[in-house]
Amino acid sequence: MHAHSSIETKETQNIILPSTPHMQIKDLNVYIEGTHILKNINLDIPNNSITSIIGPSGCGKTTLLKTLNRLMDDSKEVKVTGSVLVNGEDIYAKDAEVTHIRKKMGLLSQRPFPLPMSIFDNIAYGPKIHGERNKKVLEQIVETQLRNVGLWEEVKDRLDSSATGLSIGQQQRLCLARGLAVQPEIILGDESTSALDPISTQTIENLLIDLKKDYTIVLVTHILRQARRVSDYILFVYNGKAVEFGKTEDVLINPKNPITQQYVKGFIS
Amino acid sequence: MQISGISITGSLFLIIGIIMYKGLPYISWEMISQSPKGGFYIGKGGGIFNAILGSLYLAGLSTVLATLIGIPIALYLNMYIKQGSFLEKSSKLLFDVLFGIPSIVYGAIAFSIMVWLGIRASLLGGVITITLLTIPIVVRTIDELLLTVPVDLKNVTKSLGATTWETAKVLIKYIKPGIFTAILLAFGRAIGDVAGVLLTTGFSDNLPKYIDEPAATLPLAIFFQLSSPIPEVQGRAYASALVLTLIILIIVICTHILASKQKKHKI
Ligand SMILES: Nc1ncnc2c1ncn2[C@@H]1O[C@H](COP(=O)(O)OP(=O)(O)O)[C@@H](O)[C@H]1O
Ligand SMILES: [Mg+2]
Repeated sequence: MHAHSSIETKETQNIILPSTPHMQIKDLNVYIEGTHILKNINLDIPNNSITSIIGPSGCGKTTLLKTLNRLMDDSKEVKVTGSVLVNGEDIYAKDAEVTHIRKKMGLLSQRPFPLPMSIFDNIAYGPKIHGERNKKVLEQIVETQLRNVGLWEEVKDRLDSSATGLSIGQQQRLCLARGLAVQPEIILGDESTSALDPISTQTIENLLIDLKKDYTIVLVTHILRQARRVSDYILFVYNGKAVEFGKTEDVLINPKNPITQQYVKGFIS
Repeated sequence: MQISGISITGSLFLIIGIIMYKGLPYISWEMISQSPKGGFYIGKGGGIFNAILGSLYLAGLSTVLATLIGIPIALYLNMYIKQGSFLEKSSKLLFDVLFGIPSIVYGAIAFSIMVWLGIRASLLGGVITITLLTIPIVVRTIDELLLTVPVDLKNVTKSLGATTWETAKVLIKYIKPGIFTAILLAFGRAIGDVAGVLLTTGFSDNLPKYIDEPAATLPLAIFFQLSSPIPEVQGRAYASALVLTLIILIIVICTHILASKQKKHKI
Protein backbone atom coordinates (compact mmCIF):
# COMPACT_ATOMS: atom_id res chain seq x y z
CA MET A 1 0.00 0.00 0.00
CA HIS A 2 2.71 2.38 1.07
CA ALA A 3 5.10 1.27 -1.64
CA HIS A 4 2.39 1.66 -4.22
CA SER A 5 1.53 5.21 -3.47
CA SER A 6 5.10 6.41 -3.33
CA ILE A 7 5.56 5.04 -6.83
CA GLU A 8 2.35 6.71 -7.91
CA THR A 9 3.35 10.01 -6.38
CA LYS A 10 6.40 9.97 -8.61
CA GLU A 11 4.32 9.19 -11.65
CA THR A 12 1.91 12.01 -11.00
CA GLN A 13 4.80 14.41 -11.11
CA ASN A 14 5.98 13.07 -14.42
CA ILE A 15 2.81 13.69 -16.38
CA ILE A 16 3.49 16.30 -19.00
CA LEU A 17 0.78 18.90 -19.05
CA PRO A 18 -0.16 20.70 -22.23
CA SER A 19 -0.45 24.04 -20.46
CA THR A 20 1.44 25.70 -17.66
CA PRO A 21 0.26 24.76 -14.18
CA HIS A 22 -1.77 27.43 -12.43
CA MET A 23 -1.36 25.82 -9.06
CA GLN A 24 1.37 23.53 -7.82
CA ILE A 25 0.96 21.47 -4.69
CA LYS A 26 4.26 20.39 -3.21
CA ASP A 27 4.79 17.84 -0.43
CA LEU A 28 1.53 18.85 1.16
CA ASN A 29 0.65 17.27 4.48
CA VAL A 30 -2.34 18.12 6.64
CA TYR A 31 -2.84 16.97 10.21
CA ILE A 32 -6.12 17.49 12.04
CA GLU A 33 -6.00 17.02 15.79
CA GLY A 34 -2.83 15.01 15.35
CA THR A 35 -4.29 12.68 12.70
CA HIS A 36 -2.46 12.60 9.41
CA ILE A 37 -5.27 13.45 6.94
CA LEU A 38 -3.47 14.42 3.73
CA LYS A 39 -0.29 12.54 3.03
CA ASN A 40 2.44 14.04 0.93
CA ILE A 41 0.38 15.35 -1.96
CA ASN A 42 2.18 16.53 -5.07
CA LEU A 43 0.15 17.86 -7.95
CA ASP A 44 0.21 20.39 -10.76
CA ILE A 45 -3.15 21.89 -11.59
CA PRO A 46 -3.31 23.06 -15.20
CA ASN A 47 -4.90 26.37 -16.05
CA ASN A 48 -8.04 26.93 -18.10
CA SER A 49 -9.28 23.45 -17.49
CA ILE A 50 -11.40 21.52 -15.06
CA THR A 51 -9.64 19.21 -12.65
CA SER A 52 -11.87 16.89 -10.65
CA ILE A 53 -10.84 15.42 -7.34
CA ILE A 54 -12.53 12.05 -6.89
CA GLY A 55 -12.39 9.43 -4.20
CA PRO A 56 -14.48 7.69 -1.55
CA SER A 57 -16.05 9.81 1.14
CA GLY A 58 -13.71 10.63 4.01
CA CYS A 59 -10.61 10.28 1.85
CA GLY A 60 -9.71 13.95 2.20
CA LYS A 61 -11.18 15.67 -0.85
CA THR A 62 -12.78 18.56 1.05
CA THR A 63 -9.70 18.97 3.18
CA LEU A 64 -7.52 19.19 0.07
CA LEU A 65 -9.81 21.75 -1.55
CA LYS A 66 -9.95 23.94 1.55
CA THR A 67 -6.19 23.74 1.86
CA LEU A 68 -5.94 25.38 -1.57
CA ASN A 69 -7.92 28.34 -0.21
CA ARG A 70 -6.25 28.52 3.21
CA LEU A 71 -9.60 27.76 4.83
CA MET A 72 -8.21 24.77 6.72
CA ASP A 73 -5.45 26.33 8.75
CA ASP A 74 -7.51 28.72 10.80
CA SER A 75 -9.69 26.02 12.29
CA LYS A 76 -8.50 24.45 15.46
CA GLU A 77 -5.66 22.01 15.77
CA VAL A 78 -4.87 21.94 12.08
CA LYS A 79 -1.30 21.73 10.90
CA VAL A 80 -0.31 22.18 7.28
CA THR A 81 3.17 21.51 5.92
CA GLY A 82 4.49 21.78 2.40
CA SER A 83 3.50 24.42 -0.08
CA VAL A 84 0.86 25.44 -2.57
CA LEU A 85 2.06 27.70 -5.34
CA VAL A 86 -0.35 29.91 -7.23
CA ASN A 87 1.32 31.46 -10.26
CA GLY A 88 4.56 30.40 -8.63
CA GLU A 89 3.89 32.13 -5.32
CA ASP A 90 3.61 30.07 -2.16
CA ILE A 91 0.31 30.80 -0.42
CA TYR A 92 1.70 29.21 2.74
CA ALA A 93 4.70 31.54 2.82
CA LYS A 94 5.11 33.44 6.09
CA ASP A 95 4.36 36.80 4.50
CA ALA A 96 1.48 35.58 2.34
CA GLU A 97 -1.63 37.68 2.78
CA VAL A 98 -4.59 35.40 3.38
CA THR A 99 -7.37 37.75 2.26
CA HIS A 100 -5.53 38.43 -0.97
CA ILE A 101 -5.07 34.71 -1.64
CA ARG A 102 -8.72 33.95 -1.00
CA LYS A 103 -9.83 36.76 -3.27
CA LYS A 104 -8.12 34.94 -6.13
CA MET A 105 -10.32 31.91 -5.61
CA GLY A 106 -14.07 31.60 -5.71
CA LEU A 107 -15.50 28.84 -3.54
CA LEU A 108 -18.73 27.06 -4.37
CA SER A 109 -19.70 24.92 -1.42
CA GLN A 110 -21.82 21.82 -1.11
CA ARG A 111 -25.03 23.66 -0.32
CA PRO A 112 -25.68 27.19 -1.50
CA PHE A 113 -25.12 29.66 1.27
CA PRO A 114 -26.56 33.09 0.48
CA LEU A 115 -25.42 35.87 2.78
CA PRO A 116 -28.18 37.21 5.03
CA MET A 117 -28.94 40.11 2.70
CA SER A 118 -30.65 40.93 -0.60
CA ILE A 119 -29.87 39.36 -3.96
CA PHE A 120 -28.17 42.58 -5.06
CA ASP A 121 -26.06 42.83 -1.90
CA ASN A 122 -25.03 39.20 -2.15
CA ILE A 123 -23.28 39.91 -5.43
CA ALA A 124 -22.13 43.40 -4.46
CA TYR A 125 -20.69 42.22 -1.14
CA GLY A 126 -17.34 41.08 -2.53
CA PRO A 127 -16.65 44.18 -4.64
CA LYS A 128 -17.77 46.38 -1.73
CA ILE A 129 -15.35 44.90 0.80
CA HIS A 130 -12.62 45.34 -1.74
CA GLY A 131 -13.32 49.02 -1.95
CA GLU A 132 -15.85 49.50 -4.74
CA ARG A 133 -18.22 52.26 -3.62
CA ASN A 134 -19.59 53.58 -6.90
CA LYS A 135 -23.26 52.59 -7.17
CA LYS A 136 -23.24 52.61 -10.98
CA VAL A 137 -20.24 50.29 -11.08
CA LEU A 138 -21.80 47.97 -8.52
CA GLU A 139 -25.03 47.82 -10.50
CA GLN A 140 -23.01 46.96 -13.58
CA ILE A 141 -21.13 44.20 -11.79
CA VAL A 142 -24.34 42.71 -10.39
CA GLU A 143 -26.00 42.65 -13.79
CA THR A 144 -22.95 41.23 -15.56
CA GLN A 145 -22.45 38.43 -13.05
CA LEU A 146 -26.13 37.54 -12.87
CA ARG A 147 -26.15 37.34 -16.66
CA ASN A 148 -23.00 35.21 -16.51
CA VAL A 149 -24.85 32.56 -14.54
CA GLY A 150 -28.10 32.95 -16.45
CA LEU A 151 -29.99 34.37 -13.48
CA TRP A 152 -30.54 37.96 -14.61
CA GLU A 153 -33.87 37.44 -16.36
CA GLU A 154 -35.18 35.43 -13.41
CA VAL A 155 -34.33 37.92 -10.68
CA LYS A 156 -33.94 41.36 -12.26
CA ASP A 157 -37.29 42.52 -10.83
CA ARG A 158 -36.55 41.45 -7.29
CA LEU A 159 -32.94 42.38 -6.70
CA ASP A 160 -33.87 43.92 -3.35
CA SER A 161 -35.62 40.89 -1.97
CA SER A 162 -33.92 38.35 0.21
CA ALA A 163 -31.69 35.83 -1.52
CA THR A 164 -33.21 33.08 0.60
CA GLY A 165 -36.45 33.33 -1.39
CA LEU A 166 -34.75 31.77 -4.43
CA SER A 167 -34.87 28.07 -5.23
CA ILE A 168 -31.86 25.98 -4.24
CA GLY A 169 -30.68 25.82 -7.85
CA GLN A 170 -31.00 29.59 -8.25
CA GLN A 171 -29.22 30.12 -4.96
CA GLN A 172 -26.28 28.01 -6.09
CA ARG A 173 -26.01 30.06 -9.29
CA LEU A 174 -26.22 33.22 -7.18
CA CYS A 175 -23.35 31.93 -5.07
CA LEU A 176 -21.33 31.26 -8.20
CA ALA A 177 -22.04 34.80 -9.43
CA ARG A 178 -21.10 36.18 -6.01
CA GLY A 179 -17.75 34.42 -6.24
CA LEU A 180 -17.14 35.63 -9.79
CA ALA A 181 -17.85 39.22 -8.77
CA VAL A 182 -14.52 39.49 -6.95
CA GLN A 183 -12.77 38.51 -10.19
CA PRO A 184 -11.00 35.36 -9.05
CA GLU A 185 -8.61 33.34 -11.20
CA ILE A 186 -9.61 30.01 -9.80
CA ILE A 187 -12.96 28.43 -8.98
CA LEU A 188 -13.10 25.75 -6.31
CA GLY A 189 -16.22 23.62 -6.03
CA ASP A 190 -16.95 21.10 -3.29
CA GLU A 191 -19.68 18.72 -4.48
CA SER A 192 -21.45 21.87 -5.57
CA THR A 193 -24.31 20.09 -7.25
CA SER A 194 -25.03 17.44 -4.63
CA ALA A 195 -28.01 19.36 -3.23
CA LEU A 196 -29.44 20.20 -6.65
CA ASP A 197 -32.02 18.61 -8.92
CA PRO A 198 -30.81 17.14 -12.24
CA ILE A 199 -31.73 20.21 -14.29
CA SER A 200 -29.98 22.67 -11.97
CA THR A 201 -27.04 20.29 -11.84
CA GLN A 202 -26.81 20.36 -15.60
CA THR A 203 -27.05 24.16 -15.64
CA ILE A 204 -24.17 24.47 -13.18
CA GLU A 205 -22.08 21.88 -15.03
CA ASN A 206 -22.58 23.72 -18.33
CA LEU A 207 -21.72 27.02 -16.69
CA LEU A 208 -18.49 25.60 -15.33
CA ILE A 209 -17.55 24.16 -18.71
CA ASP A 210 -18.24 27.61 -20.18
CA LEU A 211 -16.18 29.35 -17.54
CA LYS A 212 -13.03 27.30 -17.96
CA LYS A 213 -11.90 29.45 -20.87
CA ASP A 214 -11.38 32.23 -18.32
CA TYR A 215 -10.77 30.33 -15.11
CA THR A 216 -8.93 27.39 -13.66
CA ILE A 217 -11.46 25.11 -12.04
CA VAL A 218 -11.02 22.47 -9.36
CA LEU A 219 -14.05 20.40 -8.45
CA VAL A 220 -14.56 17.83 -5.76
CA THR A 221 -17.07 15.17 -6.66
CA HIS A 222 -17.85 11.63 -5.73
CA ILE A 223 -20.01 11.10 -8.79
CA LEU A 224 -17.88 9.48 -11.45
CA ARG A 225 -20.35 10.31 -14.22
CA GLN A 226 -20.07 13.98 -13.32
CA ALA A 227 -16.29 13.81 -13.34
CA ARG A 228 -16.48 12.21 -16.76
CA ARG A 229 -18.89 14.84 -18.06
CA VAL A 230 -17.06 17.96 -16.96
CA SER A 231 -13.41 17.37 -16.27
CA ASP A 232 -10.27 17.50 -18.34
CA TYR A 233 -8.14 16.00 -15.59
CA ILE A 234 -8.86 13.77 -12.65
CA LEU A 235 -7.07 13.26 -9.38
CA PHE A 236 -7.99 10.12 -7.49
CA VAL A 237 -7.48 10.46 -3.76
CA TYR A 238 -7.59 7.46 -1.48
CA ASN A 239 -6.94 7.46 2.23
CA GLY A 240 -5.35 10.91 2.14
CA LYS A 241 -2.98 10.06 -0.70
CA ALA A 242 -2.92 11.29 -4.28
CA VAL A 243 -3.09 7.88 -5.92
CA GLU A 244 -3.46 8.76 -9.55
CA PHE A 245 -3.60 11.87 -11.69
CA GLY A 246 -4.13 12.15 -15.39
CA LYS A 247 -6.40 13.03 -18.25
CA THR A 248 -10.01 12.16 -17.60
CA GLU A 249 -10.21 9.30 -20.08
CA ASP A 250 -6.89 7.83 -18.91
CA VAL A 251 -7.91 7.74 -15.27
CA LEU A 252 -11.45 6.56 -15.86
CA ILE A 253 -10.86 4.10 -18.70
CA ASN A 254 -7.27 2.96 -18.27
CA PRO A 255 -6.30 3.56 -14.67
CA LYS A 256 -2.79 2.44 -13.87
CA ASN A 257 -3.14 1.92 -10.17
CA PRO A 258 -5.03 -1.17 -8.95
CA ILE A 259 -6.89 0.88 -6.31
CA THR A 260 -8.03 3.36 -8.93
CA GLN A 261 -9.16 0.43 -11.07
CA GLN A 262 -11.23 -0.90 -8.22
CA TYR A 263 -12.72 2.49 -7.47
CA VAL A 264 -13.58 3.23 -11.07
CA LYS A 265 -15.23 -0.17 -11.41
CA GLY A 266 -17.29 0.60 -8.36
CA PHE A 267 -15.73 -1.90 -5.98
CA ILE A 268 -14.80 0.81 -3.48
CA SER A 269 -17.13 3.64 -2.68
CA MET B 1 -43.04 17.00 29.37
CA GLN B 2 -46.64 18.12 29.59
CA ILE B 3 -46.59 18.22 33.38
CA SER B 4 -43.52 20.42 33.45
CA GLY B 5 -45.08 22.67 30.82
CA ILE B 6 -48.26 23.01 32.80
CA SER B 7 -46.42 23.59 36.07
CA ILE B 8 -44.19 26.29 34.54
CA THR B 9 -47.08 28.14 32.91
CA GLY B 10 -49.16 27.55 36.03
CA SER B 11 -46.62 29.02 38.43
CA LEU B 12 -46.08 31.97 36.08
CA PHE B 13 -49.79 32.76 36.14
CA LEU B 14 -49.84 32.17 39.89
CA ILE B 15 -47.11 34.76 40.40
CA ILE B 16 -48.75 37.31 38.14
CA GLY B 17 -52.11 36.48 39.73
CA ILE B 18 -50.86 37.13 43.26
CA ILE B 19 -49.22 40.39 42.24
CA MET B 20 -52.39 41.54 40.49
CA TYR B 21 -54.66 40.42 43.30
CA LYS B 22 -52.63 42.14 45.96
CA GLY B 23 -51.39 45.10 43.93
CA LEU B 24 -54.26 46.19 41.69
CA PRO B 25 -56.34 47.77 44.47
CA TYR B 26 -53.45 50.08 45.33
CA ILE B 27 -52.45 51.11 41.85
CA SER B 28 -53.39 54.65 40.91
CA TRP B 29 -52.31 57.37 38.54
CA GLU B 30 -50.93 59.31 41.48
CA MET B 31 -48.74 56.40 42.40
CA ILE B 32 -47.26 56.07 38.93
CA SER B 33 -46.84 59.75 38.16
CA GLN B 34 -45.62 61.31 41.40
CA SER B 35 -42.58 61.25 43.61
CA PRO B 36 -43.03 60.21 47.23
CA LYS B 37 -44.41 62.97 49.42
CA GLY B 38 -43.25 63.19 53.00
CA GLY B 39 -44.30 60.05 54.82
CA PHE B 40 -45.02 57.98 51.70
CA TYR B 41 -43.47 54.97 53.37
CA ILE B 42 -45.74 55.26 56.36
CA GLY B 43 -48.82 55.37 54.17
CA LYS B 44 -49.11 58.99 53.11
CA GLY B 45 -49.44 60.40 49.59
CA GLY B 46 -47.18 60.46 46.54
CA GLY B 47 -45.90 57.68 44.32
CA ILE B 48 -42.97 55.78 42.95
CA PHE B 49 -42.26 57.75 39.78
CA ASN B 50 -38.77 58.49 41.08
CA ALA B 51 -38.08 54.76 41.32
CA ILE B 52 -39.61 53.97 37.92
CA LEU B 53 -37.45 56.61 36.28
CA GLY B 54 -34.39 55.61 38.31
CA SER B 55 -34.75 51.97 37.33
CA LEU B 56 -35.27 52.81 33.65
CA TYR B 57 -32.18 55.04 33.61
CA LEU B 58 -30.10 52.50 35.48
CA ALA B 59 -31.15 49.45 33.49
CA GLY B 60 -31.16 51.33 30.18
CA LEU B 61 -27.69 52.81 30.58
CA SER B 62 -26.20 49.59 31.94
CA THR B 63 -27.70 47.49 29.18
CA VAL B 64 -26.40 49.83 26.48
CA LEU B 65 -22.92 49.82 28.02
CA ALA B 66 -22.91 46.06 28.60
CA THR B 67 -23.96 45.47 24.99
CA LEU B 68 -21.33 47.83 23.62
CA ILE B 69 -18.64 46.14 25.70
CA GLY B 70 -19.97 42.58 25.61
CA ILE B 71 -20.46 42.12 21.85
CA PRO B 72 -16.85 43.01 20.95
CA ILE B 73 -15.62 40.68 23.71
CA ALA B 74 -17.75 37.82 22.37
CA LEU B 75 -16.56 38.50 18.81
CA TYR B 76 -12.98 38.63 19.98
CA LEU B 77 -13.27 35.31 21.82
CA ASN B 78 -14.87 33.63 18.81
CA MET B 79 -13.06 35.10 15.87
CA TYR B 80 -9.81 36.71 16.77
CA ILE B 81 -8.19 34.13 19.00
CA LYS B 82 -7.42 30.65 17.77
CA GLN B 83 -10.34 28.39 18.60
CA GLY B 84 -9.50 25.58 20.95
CA SER B 85 -6.53 27.45 22.38
CA PHE B 86 -5.91 27.77 26.12
CA LEU B 87 -6.67 31.49 25.99
CA GLU B 88 -10.04 30.86 24.35
CA LYS B 89 -11.06 28.09 26.72
CA SER B 90 -9.94 29.87 29.89
CA SER B 91 -11.58 33.16 28.90
CA LYS B 92 -14.89 31.44 28.24
CA LEU B 93 -14.61 29.63 31.56
CA LEU B 94 -13.96 32.96 33.26
CA PHE B 95 -17.15 34.42 31.82
CA ASP B 96 -19.08 31.34 32.92
CA VAL B 97 -17.88 31.97 36.45
CA LEU B 98 -18.65 35.70 36.26
CA PHE B 99 -22.10 34.80 34.94
CA GLY B 100 -22.77 32.76 38.06
CA ILE B 101 -21.49 35.19 40.71
CA PRO B 102 -24.36 36.63 42.78
CA SER B 103 -25.00 40.32 42.35
CA ILE B 104 -24.19 41.19 45.97
CA VAL B 105 -20.58 40.28 45.18
CA TYR B 106 -20.63 42.69 42.23
CA GLY B 107 -22.12 45.26 44.58
CA ALA B 108 -19.32 44.74 47.08
CA ILE B 109 -16.61 44.90 44.41
CA ALA B 110 -18.09 47.98 42.78
CA PHE B 111 -18.52 49.55 46.21
CA SER B 112 -14.83 49.17 47.00
CA ILE B 113 -13.91 50.54 43.57
CA MET B 114 -16.19 53.52 44.25
CA VAL B 115 -14.61 54.15 47.64
CA TRP B 116 -11.22 54.01 45.99
CA LEU B 117 -12.28 56.41 43.23
CA GLY B 118 -14.14 58.62 45.67
CA ILE B 119 -17.57 58.10 44.08
CA ARG B 120 -20.47 58.11 46.51
CA ALA B 121 -23.59 55.99 46.24
CA SER B 122 -25.18 57.31 43.07
CA LEU B 123 -26.78 56.46 39.75
CA LEU B 124 -23.24 56.29 38.34
CA GLY B 125 -22.22 53.77 40.98
CA GLY B 126 -25.28 51.70 40.12
CA VAL B 127 -24.57 51.87 36.42
CA ILE B 128 -21.00 50.68 36.98
CA THR B 129 -22.18 47.78 39.12
CA ILE B 130 -25.03 46.67 36.89
CA THR B 131 -22.89 47.01 33.77
CA LEU B 132 -20.29 44.70 35.32
CA LEU B 133 -23.10 42.34 36.27
CA THR B 134 -24.65 42.23 32.82
CA ILE B 135 -21.50 42.07 30.65
CA PRO B 136 -21.11 38.31 31.29
CA ILE B 137 -24.76 37.79 30.35
CA VAL B 138 -24.23 39.53 27.01
CA VAL B 139 -20.91 37.79 26.38
CA ARG B 140 -22.20 34.31 27.13
CA THR B 141 -25.43 34.73 25.16
CA ILE B 142 -23.71 36.22 22.10
CA ASP B 143 -21.05 33.54 22.37
CA GLU B 144 -23.68 30.82 22.22
CA LEU B 145 -25.28 32.56 19.25
CA LEU B 146 -21.99 32.77 17.39
CA LEU B 147 -21.48 29.05 17.91
CA THR B 148 -24.72 28.41 16.02
CA VAL B 149 -23.47 30.23 12.91
CA PRO B 150 -22.77 27.62 10.23
CA VAL B 151 -19.09 27.24 9.38
CA ASP B 152 -20.13 27.55 5.74
CA LEU B 153 -21.29 31.12 6.26
CA LYS B 154 -17.91 32.11 7.70
CA ASN B 155 -16.24 30.32 4.80
CA VAL B 156 -18.34 32.28 2.30
CA THR B 157 -17.16 35.69 3.44
CA LYS B 158 -13.62 34.51 4.03
CA SER B 159 -13.34 33.01 0.58
CA LEU B 160 -14.54 36.28 -0.89
CA GLY B 161 -11.47 37.81 0.72
CA ALA B 162 -13.17 39.36 3.74
CA THR B 163 -11.09 40.31 6.74
CA THR B 164 -12.02 38.93 10.15
CA TRP B 165 -13.81 42.17 10.97
CA GLU B 166 -15.81 42.13 7.75
CA THR B 167 -16.78 38.53 8.45
CA ALA B 168 -17.75 39.51 11.99
CA LYS B 169 -20.12 42.16 10.63
CA VAL B 170 -21.93 39.58 8.52
CA LEU B 171 -22.18 37.25 11.50
CA ILE B 172 -23.69 40.04 13.58
CA LYS B 173 -26.25 40.50 10.87
CA TYR B 174 -26.96 36.79 10.87
CA ILE B 175 -27.49 36.57 14.63
CA LYS B 176 -29.29 39.91 14.95
CA PRO B 177 -32.63 38.47 16.14
CA GLY B 178 -30.76 36.63 18.87
CA ILE B 179 -28.92 39.78 19.91
CA PHE B 180 -32.27 41.28 20.92
CA THR B 181 -32.76 38.32 23.22
CA ALA B 182 -29.34 38.90 24.75
CA ILE B 183 -30.14 42.57 25.33
CA LEU B 184 -33.49 41.61 26.82
CA LEU B 185 -31.90 39.14 29.23
CA ALA B 186 -29.41 41.77 30.30
CA PHE B 187 -32.12 44.39 30.75
CA GLY B 188 -34.31 42.01 32.74
CA ARG B 189 -31.47 41.19 35.07
CA ALA B 190 -30.48 44.85 35.33
CA ILE B 191 -33.90 46.23 36.18
CA GLY B 192 -34.70 43.56 38.72
CA ASP B 193 -31.53 43.52 40.74
CA VAL B 194 -31.61 44.60 44.39
CA ALA B 195 -28.36 43.43 45.92
CA GLY B 196 -26.20 45.19 43.34
CA VAL B 197 -27.81 48.58 43.84
CA LEU B 198 -28.23 48.39 47.61
CA LEU B 199 -24.73 49.64 48.42
CA THR B 200 -23.92 51.46 45.24
CA THR B 201 -26.93 53.46 44.13
CA GLY B 202 -28.48 54.52 47.41
CA PHE B 203 -32.02 55.81 47.39
CA SER B 204 -33.68 59.15 46.96
CA ASP B 205 -37.18 60.55 47.07
CA ASN B 206 -36.29 62.99 44.30
CA LEU B 207 -36.43 62.32 40.60
CA PRO B 208 -33.00 61.29 39.33
CA LYS B 209 -31.47 64.41 37.74
CA TYR B 210 -27.73 63.98 38.00
CA ILE B 211 -25.68 60.87 37.47
CA ASP B 212 -23.56 61.51 40.58
CA GLU B 213 -26.50 61.65 42.93
CA PRO B 214 -28.27 58.78 44.67
CA ALA B 215 -31.25 57.46 42.77
CA ALA B 216 -34.28 55.38 43.64
CA THR B 217 -34.86 52.01 41.99
CA LEU B 218 -38.02 49.94 41.82
CA PRO B 219 -36.69 46.77 43.44
CA LEU B 220 -35.45 48.78 46.44
CA ALA B 221 -38.73 50.69 46.64
CA ILE B 222 -40.57 47.37 46.71
CA PHE B 223 -38.18 46.10 49.35
CA PHE B 224 -38.72 49.15 51.60
CA GLN B 225 -42.48 49.02 51.22
CA LEU B 226 -42.65 45.30 51.89
CA SER B 227 -40.67 45.72 55.09
CA SER B 228 -43.32 48.10 56.42
CA PRO B 229 -45.79 46.81 59.00
CA ILE B 230 -48.58 49.00 57.55
CA PRO B 231 -50.94 47.00 55.26
CA GLU B 232 -51.52 50.02 52.99
CA VAL B 233 -47.78 50.33 52.32
CA GLN B 234 -47.41 46.59 51.81
CA GLY B 235 -50.19 46.76 49.23
CA ARG B 236 -48.30 49.46 47.42
CA ALA B 237 -45.30 47.14 47.31
CA TYR B 238 -47.35 44.74 45.21
CA ALA B 239 -48.57 47.60 43.07
CA SER B 240 -44.91 48.57 42.50
CA ALA B 241 -44.10 44.97 41.66
CA LEU B 242 -46.92 45.07 39.12
CA VAL B 243 -45.43 48.19 37.55
CA LEU B 244 -42.02 46.47 37.36
CA THR B 245 -43.59 43.41 35.75
CA LEU B 246 -45.44 45.60 33.25
CA ILE B 247 -42.25 47.42 32.28
CA ILE B 248 -40.53 44.09 31.63
CA LEU B 249 -43.56 42.88 29.67
CA ILE B 250 -43.51 45.98 27.47
CA ILE B 251 -39.79 45.56 26.84
CA VAL B 252 -40.28 41.87 25.96
CA ILE B 253 -43.05 42.69 23.48
CA CYS B 254 -41.08 45.51 21.86
CA THR B 255 -38.06 43.23 21.54
CA HIS B 256 -40.13 40.52 19.89
CA ILE B 257 -41.57 42.99 17.40
CA LEU B 258 -38.12 44.36 16.58
CA ALA B 259 -36.64 40.87 16.34
CA SER B 260 -39.33 39.58 13.99
CA LYS B 261 -38.82 42.57 11.72
CA GLN B 262 -35.13 41.68 11.56
CA LYS B 263 -35.80 38.08 10.53
CA LYS B 264 -36.46 39.17 6.96
CA HIS B 265 -33.08 38.14 5.61
CA LYS B 266 -32.40 35.32 7.96
CA ILE B 267 -31.51 32.00 6.41
N1 LIG C 1 -12.62 19.30 11.63
C1 LIG C 1 -12.23 18.01 11.62
N2 LIG C 1 -11.89 17.40 12.78
C2 LIG C 1 -11.49 16.11 12.78
N3 LIG C 1 -11.40 15.36 11.70
C3 LIG C 1 -11.72 15.92 10.52
C4 LIG C 1 -12.16 17.28 10.41
N4 LIG C 1 -12.42 17.54 9.12
C5 LIG C 1 -12.16 16.41 8.45
N5 LIG C 1 -11.73 15.43 9.27
C6 LIG C 1 -11.34 14.07 8.88
O1 LIG C 1 -10.54 14.16 7.74
C7 LIG C 1 -10.84 13.12 6.84
C8 LIG C 1 -11.13 13.70 5.47
O2 LIG C 1 -12.32 14.44 5.51
P1 LIG C 1 -12.86 15.19 4.24
O3 LIG C 1 -11.76 15.99 3.65
O4 LIG C 1 -14.08 15.93 4.64
O5 LIG C 1 -13.24 13.99 3.29
P2 LIG C 1 -14.11 13.97 1.97
O6 LIG C 1 -14.41 15.38 1.58
O7 LIG C 1 -13.26 13.26 0.98
O8 LIG C 1 -15.32 13.18 2.28
C9 LIG C 1 -12.01 12.34 7.41
O9 LIG C 1 -11.51 11.15 7.98
C10 LIG C 1 -12.55 13.25 8.49
O10 LIG C 1 -13.02 12.48 9.56
MG1 LIG D 1 -16.32 16.33 1.40
